[in-house]
Amino acid sequence: MTQYLLSTYVVDGEVPDQPMTPEKMQAMMEGVLTLEAEMEETGTFVFGGRLTGPDAATVVRNGDTGAIMTDGPFAESKEHIAGFYIINADDLDAALAWAARVSDMTGGPIEVYPFAATGQVKDQFPDMSSD
Amino acid sequence: MPDRQEVSDPRSYRADRSPSSTEDPTEGGSGDSSVERIFREVYGQVIATLVRAFGDITLAEDAAQDAFMVAIERWKSDGIPPNPAGWIVTTAQRRAIDDLRRSTRGRQLEQQIHTSVDAAAADDEPLAGDNPLDDDRLRLIFTCCHPALRTEHQVALTLRLLGGLSVDDVARSFLVSESAMARRLGRAKYKIKAANIPYRVPADADLPERLNSVLSVIYLIYNTGTDDLTERADLRDEAIRLARALAELMPDEPEAAGLLALLLLNESRVPARATDGEVVLLADQDRDEWDRDLITEGQLIVRVCIRRDRPGAFQLQAAIQAVHCDAATFDATDWTQIVTLYDHLYAIAPTAVVALNRAIAIGETEGPDVALTEIEPIRADLDSYHLMHATRGTLLRLLDRRDEAMSSYRRAADLATTDADRRFLEAQITDLVQ
Repeated sequence: MTQYLLSTYVVDGEVPDQPMTPEKMQAMMEGVLTLEAEMEETGTFVFGGRLTGPDAATVVRNGDTGAIMTDGPFAESKEHIAGFYIINADDLDAALAWAARVSDMTGGPIEVYPFAATGQVKDQFPDMSSD
Repeated sequence: MPDRQEVSDPRSYRADRSPSSTEDPTEGGSGDSSVERIFREVYGQVIATLVRAFGDITLAEDAAQDAFMVAIERWKSDGIPPNPAGWIVTTAQRRAIDDLRRSTRGRQLEQQIHTSVDAAAADDEPLAGDNPLDDDRLRLIFTCCHPALRTEHQVALTLRLLGGLSVDDVARSFLVSESAMARRLGRAKYKIKAANIPYRVPADADLPERLNSVLSVIYLIYNTGTDDLTERADLRDEAIRLARALAELMPDEPEAAGLLALLLLNESRVPARATDGEVVLLADQDRDEWDRDLITEGQLIVRVCIRRDRPGAFQLQAAIQAVHCDAATFDATDWTQIVTLYDHLYAIAPTAVVALNRAIAIGETEGPDVALTEIEPIRADLDSYHLMHATRGTLLRLLDRRDEAMSSYRRAADLATTDADRRFLEAQITDLVQ
């Protein structure tokens, strides 16, 4: 069992079928609810969330004189992260199958990242936080 | 014949570079070279089984290396055991477990190894072959060719782990340094482990796409081997060996048989193509030099595929080559049948390269002007492909449009990927000038 981050992406200025009709919106919501219910039932779902657009994102990096904030997402890309799921899956094939279903639903690409570790760092390195 | 130094280094299980590497393995040879040959033959099986046992590729490679070292010494005095692959696997497992027992981490791992061996034995659906070692090889090739890995990593892993080529040999085949290839293999193995890429034959629903990925890797290995017909014969041998193994392991998949037939039929013409490293066109080849045994085997497979009637891209390409191999002379080629086969191929694989080859066949039945018209819609797509320009050069020359022919050949020569192709195209330009 491995945990994976499925991050959903949208392409700036390429929101398909915009604006969405109420019927389409309804169908998509039903699709989301069905998919999430299935994730829940199979013990796949761990956590998920929808993010604000890139306009509300800020990058923080450590410069010579302390932290430097810059407006916007880190990557100068036409695509930006829109939301994510964290799931449990037996292996990469199982995770990719879930990602394919999420992508089918959102119409955008999905990035699949295996977790190297989860939880707080103090939980991962108990020896270091004991003092 | 390899020298002693090479044999005593287990990292040198390299492909036999001599043209006789396809000779009957039961034929003579010295003790050392037969041990080396056995190592290479069993390498893929050994690694595949150890990966299942250990759940870790690097651990499997290290244990195999150790066991090959032991084998070199032991077999010298005791002779070669009746089941060399089994001997190596048992030795590797025993030594790995001995090593592991020496550390706490090892004792945990040992537990894990036993669990994974039991789990693997319990979960596994019975696969095509009766031999459990064969099933492991099939799992490993699907792991190596997983589409989540980039193509060059799939190719490198397949050659290293299943083909048993040394890192240096794999590096040389793809014109990169040994350290760059070692990093590439390291990154690929890291991703398999970190992303938990499964070690199994994919489920039926995924099988067509995943099998295609495996077949494409083997075909790419073969084609890389045709860039230099003499220096890279080992890559072609390895591709044929892998295709043969896959066709045997997946007898219900006609595309696996199709790929094997395609490679055998392509390889049958190599003796007539490899004259002093210069390009010899199909029309100019001495057909007496074609390898009749390979043709017979390839054509037999094609006939079986036709009876099965589950056509696919590799089977159709093999059928096209079978028609070429049937013709006693270039003029006797049944071009009408070749065009029909290209029509079928284009229907299931509508790529620009297939369209180009179809146009060439149409040129033989309907004339160069028709072929040029067929190429027109794909010209832009194939603008960086030297063979498209070379084909146009030849067609334009046939139509006596010399200036256009010359500039097409010029462009083809500029884009050519091998020196032999470039020399051939320069020669066409020289001919036109005179």
